This record gives sequence, structure tokens and C-alpha cells, in this order.
Amino acid sequence: MTSKSKWLSTPYVLWSVIFIIIPLGMIFYYGLTDKTGAFTLENIAAIMTAEHAKALWLSILLSFISTVICFLLAYPLAMILANMKVSQHSFIILIFILPMWMNFLLRTLAWQTLLEKTGVINNILTFLHLPNINIINTPYAIILGMVYNFLPFMVIPLYNVLSKIDENVINAAKDLGANNIYTFFRIILPLSIPGIISGITMVFVPALTTFVISTLLGGSKILLIGNVIEQEFTQASNWHLGSGLSIVLMIFIILNMVASAVFDKDGEGAML
Amino acid sequence: MKRKNVKTIVLTTVCSMAAMAVMTGCGASGGGNNGEVIVYNWGEYIDPETIEMFEEETGIKVVYDEFETNEIMYPKVEAGASSYDVVCPSDYMISKMIENDLLAELNFDNMPNAKENIGEQYYEQSKGFDPENKYSVPYCWGTVGILYNKTMVDEPITCWAQLWDEKYADNILMQDSVRDAFMVAEKLNGFSMNTVDPAELEIAKNSLIEQKPLVQAYVIDQVRDKMIGNEAAIGVIYSGEAIYTQRENPDLEYVIPEEGTNVWIDSWVVLKNAPNKENAEKFIDFMCRPDIAVKNFEYITYSTPNEAARELIEDEDIKNSEIAFPDLSQYDNLEVFVYLGEEGDALYNEMWKEVKSN
Amino acid sequence: MKNMAKKIYIALIFIFLYAPIVTLMVLSFNASKTRAKWGGFTLKWYIELFQNRDIMEALWNTLLIAVISSLVATIIGTIACVSMSTMKRKSRSVLLGITNIPMLNADIVTGISLMLLFISFGFRFGLGTILMSHITFNIPYVILSVMPRMKQLNPSTYEAALDLGASHIMAFFKVIFPDLLPGIMSGLLMAFTMSLDDFIITHFTKGAGVDTLSTKIYTEVKKGIKPEMYALSTIIFVTVLLLLFLVNMSPAGKEEKVEKTEK
Repeated sequence: MTSKSKWLSTPYVLWSVIFIIIPLGMIFYYGLTDKTGAFTLENIAAIMTAEHAKALWLSILLSFISTVICFLLAYPLAMILANMKVSQHSFIILIFILPMWMNFLLRTLAWQTLLEKTGVINNILTFLHLPNINIINTPYAIILGMVYNFLPFMVIPLYNVLSKIDENVINAAKDLGANNIYTFFRIILPLSIPGIISGITMVFVPALTTFVISTLLGGSKILLIGNVIEQEFTQASNWHLGSGLSIVLMIFIILNMVASAVFDKDGEGAML
Repeated sequence: MKRKNVKTIVLTTVCSMAAMAVMTGCGASGGGNNGEVIVYNWGEYIDPETIEMFEEETGIKVVYDEFETNEIMYPKVEAGASSYDVVCPSDYMISKMIENDLLAELNFDNMPNAKENIGEQYYEQSKGFDPENKYSVPYCWGTVGILYNKTMVDEPITCWAQLWDEKYADNILMQDSVRDAFMVAEKLNGFSMNTVDPAELEIAKNSLIEQKPLVQAYVIDQVRDKMIGNEAAIGVIYSGEAIYTQRENPDLEYVIPEEGTNVWIDSWVVLKNAPNKENAEKFIDFMCRPDIAVKNFEYITYSTPNEAARELIEDEDIKNSEIAFPDLSQYDNLEVFVYLGEEGDALYNEMWKEVKSN
Repeated sequence: MKNMAKKIYIALIFIFLYAPIVTLMVLSFNASKTRAKWGGFTLKWYIELFQNRDIMEALWNTLLIAVISSLVATIIGTIACVSMSTMKRKSRSVLLGITNIPMLNADIVTGISLMLLFISFGFRFGLGTILMSHITFNIPYVILSVMPRMKQLNPSTYEAALDLGASHIMAFFKVIFPDLLPGIMSGLLMAFTMSLDDFIITHFTKGAGVDTLSTKIYTEVKKGIKPEMYALSTIIFVTVLLLLFLVNMSPAGKEEKVEKTEK
């Protein structure tokens, strides 16, 4: 089987080479040269300057917090959904993904309308004689925006793996005297690791480079690495620096991937 | 047999990919025939009816495309991704395009309306970025000023310095673009807004850092909605939005600050590699016809440099509005943005990042 | 009690997810053009929406691009997943790493690099170039949804099918495909979603005069978003929701339910 199914990957490999590797080569070309076209590592080293390092650190921090919140919100939800035994698998997924079909910009602007000082939520709170909340234009609003926009990408892969776990395995564990907590940590959690990895990747990675959320909900007062890269490409038209910083981000993700590959091994070990 | 099947899948997929590539490739020879003009303009920056009228009168088909900011328009035009004919960038972007040899010289003999109807003072202002008036025809213009909510301030706002008043902490909306934000700080300190003197920029930067704790948010287009919704007391805004926001919220007032400000001009230009130059000039000339210009003015509400069109405005209040049509000769500290060169841009950008990450 | 808590939890998540959507729907009936002020109830944006040929054309383009690109991405991505499962760990890791790159790069980086690629290939910018770029950034989402399911598969069933004389294709469709289906479906839906939402990459890879809803909405920002867009969002939302419930209530759905419980 192995030798033949290698053929199967041809379309994807071909596609990746044309549309991922070649453009990636261009990014590396820009990232490793200066305006005169001479080789330089300056654009990579630029990450060390105070502003860039701070922007990168804040991006990692905010995306990390958002990813953790997404995970904590999504896991119980996915478990409840998986146990509901609804036959229409796609129905559940669609219900969660449907809000994302409304345009991203419109959704984020709607959050502005909800969160603003004179916004909908505060109007309701005032009406109920409750204290107002003021999180618009703060990092909290950015986290809220990230959690909102990426939550479905955590829920769906978790739901997918959890609904596939064979109930007999769980029942067997319980029959053997394992309590709920033990079953969860020794059986359910390890079995869902592939889904967790997918979910974390789909939340953390895009959150790291987003800039629209921090612009619209954070009042643009916090500089994230995504904002820096975007600004280098547009306002400064310095593609070299922008590409250099992108390469740094890629290195980060590769580290992330290596880490998840380690977990992956454990996951498979637990399954077989 | 089995092996064949696998190969079939692979082959079909590869073939369909190739087919798609060919499909897109085929069009490559299409290009533009003489009967069209490709226009690249700001979003919502024209009355769609005027395009239809142009098509009807001239028989030239208009391919109309829109962009969001000067900055994301530029890489597309520079790379030549699509062959546009007419573009409508702003002042500093025009000087950048001139410097990088992207624009074609215009023949004003083909454009009598552009020659006669556009006010002389606007061509005069344009010399800031197009020194010989060879490349651009002004389309919309305005000033940048302060919009404030009369019920939320103690005294009338008249100058930029009041944006540094701690009384208004968390009630100030600043512009979220490098040049506009620095313009405010430079004018505050009495510098030119096109300065590239590092010492002056350092002072301006420090002013901005000092102001940052008072700023509620750095925004671009959201100033409008936030001011209408009473979110903030003071906002930096383009004059073109002032009339609209006042209509929605009568408490709002627009002023041109004492220290001086930016006069911005968005102008029509024709690209050097434009496939339909003649049609492009016809299009620009059509847009300068008084009846068309007034239609566009009423649609976008940004001030028109077209004197003949201004005469046609029916609403006397708007026709004589100080906001829409300030008398430029009254001020001596107004400037237009000029492209600062790669180094200048880099310097500004570096400093802006310092402000933002502070 | 426990059930109650579960229900409340789900309800809260739904409120969180749908609050902005409800806001959009309310705004579509707002007579005032600004989102900051309620100007009274009106239906005029709906009327104007249907008279606006540009928006309708953009809607058509958007759907066309989203459907084709998500389908193609799903096919390529699923085949890639199947083949990757049999690869050596090393080559699989490399391929997976490459997969994540389009997702990781800031949109503007992907957009500009694809634009340069298409220029160097001499492609004419238009629907085709948008499609190719959308397929590119859709594939990772498909792979990331199919992969976890793939790992849960028991490879011996597939081999057993082969031993019993099934061809690869037959073994795939009879044994692997049904198990992968939920992953494939969610991959397809996510790809569709990403395609609907993209702005920057579309901006750099589209040709003159070709618009999607996203590019239309973003370019409207300078002058204020037209409430027609809220109206359109409302219509899309309500339509999909109705369809969803209809399909779920249909007899076919019930049959499947019975089948599952019997299992």
C-alpha cells in the first residue's frame, strides 16, 4: 500500500510547491536582502529592537491567553455536544460556524457597537442599574475579539475527535472501577489529543498575526507583531523588513510544530 | 489494476489543476480593446449614475474597481497586476508615483473641462506634489480638523494644543495613520508637516507619546460613528465627514485649528502603462463637467474643486459653507503632504512604532 | 440539575456567538446610515439591496469562489491526508509544516507573494487567480480537520478490505471515507468560511472590476458601510438557518437517527 499511495500525495505536493514554496522563496529573498539586493541578516535581527520584541511578546501573550480561553470554553462544550448523540453531525458544526459566515469586518464592528462606552451592553446595564463595563480599547477587548473569532475553530476539531471515541472504551474503564476524573484524564483526554493539536493550531497561529482585531477593538493602542508587519508592507513599503519579521514568526511556528510533534507521538502511543 | 486506479486519481487531479491554470492563462491575451477604460478609485467615491452616463454618451465601457487605502492600492499598481488606466490617489501618493515614474503626462488640450472648471487655487495647491501640474487633475479636496461635541467640552475647541489637555483624557480620538498623527504633533510644535529633520521629529514623537495616555483610541474611519454616538468629545477628522456627522448629531462642531493643518487633495492621474490613454483623458474630462461634478459632490459630500460645479449646488447653506469651502487665502499655515522618500518614510514609521509600543 | 447546567452553558456560548449577529440584523432595519444611532425602523435597505446590481454580482462571485475553492481544497486536502498517513514520520512532518505556512503568514504577506507569483507566471488577474489563492489558504484547514480523524482510523480495516480483494478506490470509499466524513465535512465548511471572509489576499489577486462581498465591504469603510450589507447579511443568515432546520427536520434525517440509535 505504501508505495502506491505515495502517488496520492502528488497533487498536494505539486500544489504546495507552486503556491506555497515558491512564494515562500520570495519572502525569504526579500527577508534576507536589503534595498540594494545585497544579502543581510538585519531584517531578521530587527526582531531584537525594543518595539518589535515587545510587539512579538504581546502577540504571543494575547494569542496564548485567547487559545487557553478557547480551549477551556470549547472542551466542555464539545463533550456535551458529543454526548448529545445528535445524528446530524454537520448540523452541530454548521450551527457553530454559521456566525462566521457573516463578514469578519461587520462582526467586529458589531462588537464595537456592543462594547462601546455608550454601546448596547452598557445601555442594558444602565437600564438595570448595574455598573457599566469599560473594556473597549483595552487588551481585554482584543482577547474577547480573538476568542470570539476563533472559538469555532477550537470547538469543531474537538467535537470531531470526541464524538469518535468509542463509548465502550469509556464504559470499560468505568466497569473496571475508574471514577469520572480518572477516566477523563487517562482515557478521554489522551484520545482527543489529535483534535486538541488541530484546534490549538487553528486558533493560536492565526491569532498571532491578526491585526484587524487589535485595530478595531483595541483602539489601535497596542502594537502587535501583525500590526508591525502590515505597517511595514503598506505605510512604510519596506517589504524587506516585513518579510524578515514574517520569517521570524515562521521560526516560532516551527518550534510550536516540533512541540506538538512530541505530543503527537504520545497520542499515537496511547491509541495503539 | 490497483495501481492504475491510484494513478487515475492522481492524473485527474493534476489534469484539473492544469486545466484551471490554462483557463486563467487563456485570458492573458484578452487585454483591453479600444472601447474601454479601467478606473481605480476609492470605495464609494463616485455616483454610479455618472459612470452609466459616461458609458452612454461615449460608448466607452468602464471597468470600475475600488481600493481601500492609498497604501494597499500602490503595490498593486506598481507591480502592474492589472492594467489600470485612471487612478485617484491622494497628494503624497501622487508625488511618490511621479518619483517612481508610474504616471503619464496629461494633455490638457484633450480635457477642456479640466482646464476651465477646476479652480486655479487648487492647481496652485497641487504644485506641492505635482510641481508643474502635468500629471494630476484635482477631484476632491478638504482639510483635516477637529470635530468636537459642544455638550462634552467646557470651552470651544480652537487649536491642536487642546488635544493635550488632561481634562479630555479618554475623550480624544486620534488618527491612526503615521502622517496624519505626526501632522498634528508637528503643527502643534510649529514645524512643517513635511519635515524630515530628525531633531524636529524627535520632538513631535515625544509630544505624541506624552499625549498617548489621554487618547481613547487611534482610529481612521471610525471617528465618524464614534463621534455621532457620543463616544468621545474630540476627534481628528477629514472635513468631508463634517457635514454628514453634523447632520446626524447637531451637537458636533468642526474647526480648522489655529496652528494650521493639512489640505488634502485626491486627484485623477493616468498611469504610464495605461492601455487606454485616450479614453482615460475622456473619462477625466467627463468627470470635470459641471453637471457631473455636482452630481458626484452631492453623492460623496467631499468638497469639489470644480468652481463651475459649486455654482450649481442648490443648497445655499452648503454652497457657502465654511467647512466645505473654506477660503484658503485666509490661512497662511496650510500645507499639502509631499512624499518624503524612502528614508523619510522609514524614519516616520520607526518613530510611529515607538509611539505605538510605548 | 447537571442537565440544567449543561443547557445553561450551551445557551451562554450561543449568546456569545450570536450577539453580534443579532446586532447586525437589528442594524439592517435602522433608518439611519450610521451604526451609532437608531433612526427608526425601515425596510428601505432591503429594497435598495435588490436594486443594487453590483452587490448581487459580488454575492454571486463570492459564492462561486467559496464553493469551488472549498470543494477543490477538500479534495486535494483529503487525498493528501490519506497519503500522508502512510508516509514516514519525517516526510509527513515536513509536509504538515509546509501546510501550515499559508495559515501562519500574515494575509498581506501571502497576498503580495501570490500576486508576484501570478505576475511572474503571466496569469491574467481575474476569478481564476482568486480561486487558486483561496484553494491555497483553504487546504490547511481541511488537512487540520481531516488529520485527527485519520489518526483515529484503524489501518487494519483498510488492509483487510484490500486482502479481501477490494481495489484501493473501493477500499477507500467503503472503509476509510465513511469514518473520515465528519472531518471532511467540517474541513469543507471551514474552508468555505475562510474563503467567504478573506479580504487582503483577494484584494491582491483579483482583477479589475471583479469584486467579492468582502472586498466591497472593506472598500466601503472609508465612506461608511452601507446598511444594504447588513440587510444582505441578515438575509443570508436567515436563509441558511431555515435551510438547516428544514434539513434537520426532514424524514431523511430521522431515518439516520434511528439507524444510529440501533447501532
